[in-house]
Amino acid sequence: MKTLVWVEHDNTAVKDATLSAVTAASQLGEVHLLVAGSGCAAAAAEAAKIAGVGKVHVAEDAAYANALAENVAPLVAGLMADHDAFVVPATTTGKNIAPRVAALLDVMQISDILSVEGPKTFTRPIYAGNAIATVESSDAKLVITVRGTAFAKTDATGGSGTVEAVAAGADSGLSSFVGSEVAKSERPELTSAKIIVSGGRALKDSDTFKAVIFPLADKLNAGVGASRAAVDAGYVPNDFQVGQTGKIVAPEVYIAVGISGAIQHLAGMKDSKTIIAINKDEDAPIFQVADLGLVADLFTAVPELTGKL
Amino acid sequence: MKALVCVKRVIDYNVKPRVKSDGTGVDLANVKMSMNPFDEIAVEEAIRLKEKGVVTEIIAVSVGPAKAQETLRTALAMGADRAVLVQVDDGVEVEPLAVAKIVKGVADEEGPSLIITGKQAIDDDSNQVGQMVAALLGRPQGTFANEITVEGDSVVVKREIDGGLETVKLALPAVVTTDLRLNEPRYASLPNIMKAKSKPLVTKSPADYGVDVAPRLKTLKVSEPPVRSAGIKVADVDALVAKLKEMGVA
Repeated sequence: MKTLVWVEHDNTAVKDATLSAVTAASQLGEVHLLVAGSGCAAAAAEAAKIAGVGKVHVAEDAAYANALAENVAPLVAGLMADHDAFVVPATTTGKNIAPRVAALLDVMQISDILSVEGPKTFTRPIYAGNAIATVESSDAKLVITVRGTAFAKTDATGGSGTVEAVAAGADSGLSSFVGSEVAKSERPELTSAKIIVSGGRALKDSDTFKAVIFPLADKLNAGVGASRAAVDAGYVPNDFQVGQTGKIVAPEVYIAVGISGAIQHLAGMKDSKTIIAINKDEDAPIFQVADLGLVADLFTAVPELTGKL
Repeated sequence: MKALVCVKRVIDYNVKPRVKSDGTGVDLANVKMSMNPFDEIAVEEAIRLKEKGVVTEIIAVSVGPAKAQETLRTALAMGADRAVLVQVDDGVEVEPLAVAKIVKGVADEEGPSLIITGKQAIDDDSNQVGQMVAALLGRPQGTFANEITVEGDSVVVKREIDGGLETVKLALPAVVTTDLRLNEPRYASLPNIMKAKSKPLVTKSPADYGVDVAPRLKTLKVSEPPVRSAGIKVADVDALVAKLKEMGVA
């Protein structure tokens, strides 16, 4: 089976999420990549070095600069004439594009797969991760999004893919990119961080959140996450949210501070290797999934912990 | 302009789903069902656009069993003008691709300028319908919307993306899917719930739109996720520090 993997990149570098998608794709067969963008030669060169990669299709055009689904989906649908599966990392970009491609191909997408069980059989989480469904596709072509935390990352080096230019399609004229507000952060990116310190509503306000959570995260070189309550209350920006509707993470260590552990939050972090909870309510649901729990007032316990590390 | 809002009847978000012991699915018998939370946000946004004078009529559509009527009545009570139920037999789950084809059929009939759907349903967690509807109609899509502004013949959508926010401008007609922070949905008041009972609700079938709802994906089994082994509680911060050191974290 020939698979086409969507390469998530910022024109200069390939993003980590791609490497997990390549692992999933390689379990299906021969791996080809698609690098679409504007001025993306560096990303294409980097993509060609990913271990086990065959052809790297490069679509270089202003129309692909911001990965607008209206422009990218027809490009992918065209390339699918020669491929059996389109494999996409389940990032916001991937989730935006893949279903549009699937509909153009008249196939059902399989979202957020956790494992490859057979050539057309996959497992995926449903009901906020409270159940795992094993599904088999009857479609001629597959469109799959891959949960990054469920697959190891393929080695980013050692490969020798052949780069091949793809003719660009026309700009759809249906949509245009206006601008973006990307949060700058010195900390490790949430979805690839080894350690995450997350805060919830109990942190009171934005200043308190920063004063309590950030020093601990800095000490551990950890990413910072948050529950929906903390984001809704404006303590931190939206992209900090961990959960069913935010980011899905599975770090080595997840430290939940002042988070009760609602179903929707657990959906985003319960595959973490070790979960540590600090909460003053000993009946909080978070303690049912935590490997290590500390029942204590976070305002004294967290600074003390930070100080003793 | 007309707005079409898609709503789905799903298990209430506060209910912890139970997997059936025979592995055929999740037990939905006698479980509280509600409108998918993202769809409430979609309905709310359509109503706000109507209150601003941008939207003139709101049509709510749902694909589901007879009981999905209740979900449509909720949308009507919030402020939608009329509803279309595309009814399937009890227990039949219609996949996103088929739902998208049905919604396309309704859109072809109604000619809405804006189609608003939730970004995902909390039962199948697919996150596909809005994008598929846009593809089938050949129209632009504004997924994971955080803010929507209609400007003349286009709509500006601020989207929630992994690193922050992104703004795109889409030519109308367009499809928008809602993210959590787009708005705070209103509660339907009792008088409005009563009034909603007399608002028009037509019932159709997938065949009326020439759509085959046979599933493309076969569910082989549904199982419980792996259970985490019980953890321990430590007495104080010193014990926690000791454990972290043991694990090599600190």
